[in-house]
Amino acid sequence: MSQFSEITRNGLWKQNPILTQVLGLCPTLAITTSLINSFSLGLATTLVMAMSNFAVSALRSFIPYEIRIPVFILIIAALVTMVDLAMNAWLHDLYLILGIFIPLIVTNCIVLARVEAYAAKNPVLASTWDGAMMGIGLTLVLSVLGIVRELIGQGTLFSGIEMIVPGVQAIQILPEDYPGFLVAVLPPGAFFILGLLIASRNWLDARANERAKALLVQHSPIQA
Amino acid sequence: MLNNSPFVRKPASVQMVMLKVLAALLPGIAVYVWVFGIAVLVQIAIASITALVAEATMLSIRKKPLRMFLFDGSALVTAWLIALTLPSIAPWWLTVLGVLIAIVIAKHLYGGLGQNPFNPAMVAFCALIVAYPQLMSQWPAAGFTDAAAELQAIFGARHLDAVVMATPLDALRTALHTPEAHATVSGVFGSNAAFGNIGGKGWEWIALGYLIGGLWLVQQRVVTWHVPAAFLGTLGLAALLANLVSPDHYAGPLFHLLTGGAMLGAFFIATDPVSGSTTARGKLIFAAGLAFLTWIIRVFGAYPDGIAFATLLMNICVPLIDMYTQPPVFGYKGRDAGGRP
Repeated sequence: MSQFSEITRNGLWKQNPILTQVLGLCPTLAITTSLINSFSLGLATTLVMAMSNFAVSALRSFIPYEIRIPVFILIIAALVTMVDLAMNAWLHDLYLILGIFIPLIVTNCIVLARVEAYAAKNPVLASTWDGAMMGIGLTLVLSVLGIVRELIGQGTLFSGIEMIVPGVQAIQILPEDYPGFLVAVLPPGAFFILGLLIASRNWLDARANERAKALLVQHSPIQA
Repeated sequence: MLNNSPFVRKPASVQMVMLKVLAALLPGIAVYVWVFGIAVLVQIAIASITALVAEATMLSIRKKPLRMFLFDGSALVTAWLIALTLPSIAPWWLTVLGVLIAIVIAKHLYGGLGQNPFNPAMVAFCALIVAYPQLMSQWPAAGFTDAAAELQAIFGARHLDAVVMATPLDALRTALHTPEAHATVSGVFGSNAAFGNIGGKGWEWIALGYLIGGLWLVQQRVVTWHVPAAFLGTLGLAALLANLVSPDHYAGPLFHLLTGGAMLGAFFIATDPVSGSTTARGKLIFAAGLAFLTWIIRVFGAYPDGIAFATLLMNICVPLIDMYTQPPVFGYKGRDAGGRP
């Protein structure tokens, strides 16, 4: 397996930032009340992760080892500020809803974790790819969480899409008189649904392992 | 015929315990039907069927022996408690949803009977009251026993706004929390039709029904005296002290003991052997904490009753309580008792 497809696999599934590393739970639980919110925060984080991995990897031989963490944080903070200002300028309504969680990307552990664990030791192209893939893995999980919470919580999908694409309406999936389920929108619901997602991931992995083992036994020379 | 020692004591089976708990609920349910009509029986039926179906489904998914667990009665106890704590004219899907939350999420996802850290019925109650506060506070007025209207309310044919009434706890809190009203406890008692002689109208009799069933459970040694005594004692004491300090702002102990879910909580909810404390001293601490939190949530909180939230809060403390209240190992004394892990 080539290096890049390995990185892709790690980011999307094997080392998925939320499902496996369980990092960055604060925005994960707070902001995933709807698909649009989750997806946009995920994309913003992805952008920051790719850029910060790129920057740190390019500068890695100039950063003194002893003070690397503050330097990393400064680089990440500068990039986050750029994203913050850009969203304020072009997606102002969405910016108001995501609010504090955009500046808080600086403190999202997953950004620093990838910079420290990968970008500080690897070449530029691989690091950027790693940041992007980890970010997309995060965005995917956030989106699934957002879909489930929005659907159970209020019976719609894409609510708030008019903030990104003017004139487009949210889709009412469940019947109009669906009473909603407030718990799914509140933080406890986020915990429960995230728990269920992690459990299903582990279940899928366990099933795949069992199949691989069964296959191995079938073809092992001892058996024959 | 008398045999020689050693005598073998057969521990009570789960099924026997659960059946006795169900039987002990009957007096309370009978009074409930007398005061509020047959709607509660419909709710119990809905809840029981849902619970058995959910239990069977989860057991077969988890590849557990169906017959042994399905008929142990624990799912039925959970279902009955949910049916008794929800408003009797709640729409049917609310009851179904509550039972599903209790059996699937709060019980089986945590490992099934004996493994759940939280009381399943109370998890369901909390989830529902957070999600649907309006539906969860619509109780019929006491004495409203029009069966046809109640059935229509349950199955969504019509709303019963005309006969809906706030529970006494709710009415009292709303009145006392409105500063302009200058309400006093005795004033609210006199003016609001939801109040009876001591507690809520009708509620006081249902509470007595639960008390009788509960005392029978204690007599049958299904539950020990620790939890009910500590619960009722603490709740009564907290209410008494506050009432002595300021009788205009705090209702007295009898009101608190005979209103809302206090009796049901003392004998049937706090005594849950799985999610409650297991040591004797632990049970006293657990039930006292539960009662005190209940009183605080009732008096200062914003929800109709505090027992469900208090139960969950105390459930989290149970491992700690159990750890510090291990009885000394037989033969040891004092600090060397070695009970602590």
